[in-house]
Amino acid sequence: MDLGQILYDLLFDYTLRTVALGASILGLVSGALGAFAVLRRQSLLGDAISHAALPGVVLAFLITRTKLPLVLMVGAAIAGWLATLWMMSIIKNTRIKEDGALGLVLSVFFGFGLMLLTFTQRLPDSRQAGLDHFLFGQAAALLAGDVIAMAALGGLALLLLGLFWKEFKLLSFDREFGASLGFPMGKLDILLTTLLVVAIVIGLQAVGVVLMSAMLVAPAAAARQWTDRLGIMVLLSSLFGVLAGVTGAVISSIGRGFSTGPTVVLCAGAIVFFSMLFAPNRGLIWNWARQRRNRRQLHMESVLRDLYFMAGQHADPDHAHSLQALRAVSAGRGGVQVSLQALEHKGMVRHTGSDQWALTPAGAVEAQRLLHEFE
Amino acid sequence: MTTFQIDIQLTAVVTAMACAILGGFLVLRRMAMLTDAISHTVLLGIVIGFFIVQDLASPFLIFGAAAVGVLTVSLVALLERSRLVKGDAAIGLVYPVLFSIAVILISRFAGDVHLDTDAVLVGELAFIPFDRLYVLGYDIGPRGFYLMGGVFLFNLAFILLFYKELKLSTFDAGLATALGFMPLLIHYVLMTLVSVTVVGAFDIVGSVLVVALMVAPPAAAYLLTDHLPRMLVLSALLGALSAIAGYWLAHFLDASIAGSIASVAGVVFALVYLLAPEKGLLALARRRARQKWEFAQTMLVIHLLNHEGLPEAHQESRVAHLREHMRWDEDFADRVLHRSLVQGWVTQQGSYLSLTENGRQRAQQAFLRD
Repeated sequence: MDLGQILYDLLFDYTLRTVALGASILGLVSGALGAFAVLRRQSLLGDAISHAALPGVVLAFLITRTKLPLVLMVGAAIAGWLATLWMMSIIKNTRIKEDGALGLVLSVFFGFGLMLLTFTQRLPDSRQAGLDHFLFGQAAALLAGDVIAMAALGGLALLLLGLFWKEFKLLSFDREFGASLGFPMGKLDILLTTLLVVAIVIGLQAVGVVLMSAMLVAPAAAARQWTDRLGIMVLLSSLFGVLAGVTGAVISSIGRGFSTGPTVVLCAGAIVFFSMLFAPNRGLIWNWARQRRNRRQLHMESVLRDLYFMAGQHADPDHAHSLQALRAVSAGRGGVQVSLQALEHKGMVRHTGSDQWALTPAGAVEAQRLLHEFE
Repeated sequence: MTTFQIDIQLTAVVTAMACAILGGFLVLRRMAMLTDAISHTVLLGIVIGFFIVQDLASPFLIFGAAAVGVLTVSLVALLERSRLVKGDAAIGLVYPVLFSIAVILISRFAGDVHLDTDAVLVGELAFIPFDRLYVLGYDIGPRGFYLMGGVFLFNLAFILLFYKELKLSTFDAGLATALGFMPLLIHYVLMTLVSVTVVGAFDIVGSVLVVALMVAPPAAAYLLTDHLPRMLVLSALLGALSAIAGYWLAHFLDASIAGSIASVAGVVFALVYLLAPEKGLLALARRRARQKWEFAQTMLVIHLLNHEGLPEAHQESRVAHLREHMRWDEDFADRVLHRSLVQGWVTQQGSYLSLTENGRQRAQQAFLRD
């Protein structure tokens, strides 16, 4: 399938257009809020909330007997909220640490949700069909109404994020300072966590409760590699979220067996992998190159110092030394020959025949400067 | 009870105990979320193992799953060490990616095999009695029971053999390193055991229940005792209790047994969380209330002692003066006074207060404590 055809389908094929729109709204909102979750070390809170939303979805259906997206989303949000509150209360009041509380609430709520789901599936009520899509998501089953509900909720969340931008920034980086300025940090914390719950709830139908947390963590973790500024990070994170959403939707529409949820998650994972490798300043390749450069510089300086010391042992400052002697005093640091060649290129040492090396006047000055710096 | 029901409950009980005794260490070592990650990623090991041996009952799958479990832990550690992401984000990145790969592999290449993603999460305890183990042609019981019983004994043997090492590296990793106990090795061995337990349990109870059983009963036991062996035994008992109660709940609701057991384990934890004798919410609230009154009463007797025998004592010991001096509102002052009178810390003559011997001692003790 060629690119033109894919673009055509994205615009005019109802299913693909709906799925891609849904996935990009999800990526946009969860990317933006995920950035805050990752910065505040709440990556796994998103995981717990999304698992905990399952019983809320099923209970909302059991009570109302409808599958209106907004009703199910409200149910999911309430369950996610209760789970968060219980978790906070466990951490605050007992000696069980955050990690244990997360694992406990996550698995128990999810187990409860599965119990309700299987209970519902055995009821003589055909309307329950499709509730199990909330496990792994079924983006292909998204309808225009679902996407509109997602857009409405997501737009509201992003609007609030914009309105309270300064406060949330303060909350994420220096909570105590914010409190000292008189901002109600506790309430802001609750608001930001609520927005996180909204972002999760939006994505449940498309990627499911199991994989939703990746949509919060992955775009944000990728964006973090490229910048140190919050505003840029949130923008990039949303962009990566949309990119993962659309790419995942397109791939899953082409290949057999590429369920949308896992495919979107894999695309997000690929973006993270790419960012970790190639991002300037923080990326692995950048880091590796910097280390290599530093190591070379250090080797070069130590060879220069060694030469200067050895010349000092003799009356003649121009006294040449053999490569072997320099290697012996370098104490196994390696890279002596490469360093000598680099130094020769800079005009600080000269080659006096058959592996004999001597300092030039410029080299002696530089070595003195280094020693001075060293002290 | 039919033999079917007994088979299912026995299997559920050994599974619960196998998870709970390991879980005690996981909760103490703060590895609950890493366990959750492993419980998802072992699916990848199972899928890859299945592609190699083409047999879902093969013990080779356990090796595959254990390898992926260790891979998960190593990847998380590698990401953390690169300092590009924080620890919690590392877990949140690794497990969804590995799990997604597994799900896609299943739906793409194994669509016609009995390897269903839903089954991995939920498991199906109800099918346990149909898969029997035969020795020399005799039916000796359900295969799942022997599998999980074996895992339980294996975990138990590991904990008994390496109890000292586990305990030391859990509570003081620095000392363990200094003494040469290699806490990192113990960490990886523990994670391998978790992977083996998860994969043993995966087609029986599903990955969710494994995490619930590994976290909830030990967390509850942790609130009930300060003694490690007692905590391990207690978590095994609470796990077994949840398994049996969960089975019957599922029976009456006609719902998933694994989900019901997880729910009951949650309820058990919630009860302990509320009612635990020392660390429960109620005990905490009662202790805080008692401390509040005791503090106020102590302030009262200290106030009286301060002015006892001095010229202003007459003025200072007036009941009406308390409100002003202590900044207590009327209701609170009345209650503090009432409690102090009933407990015999002070006596009242008309509208004046004086210390009893008991009250004087209390005030002096309070001074000494500082």
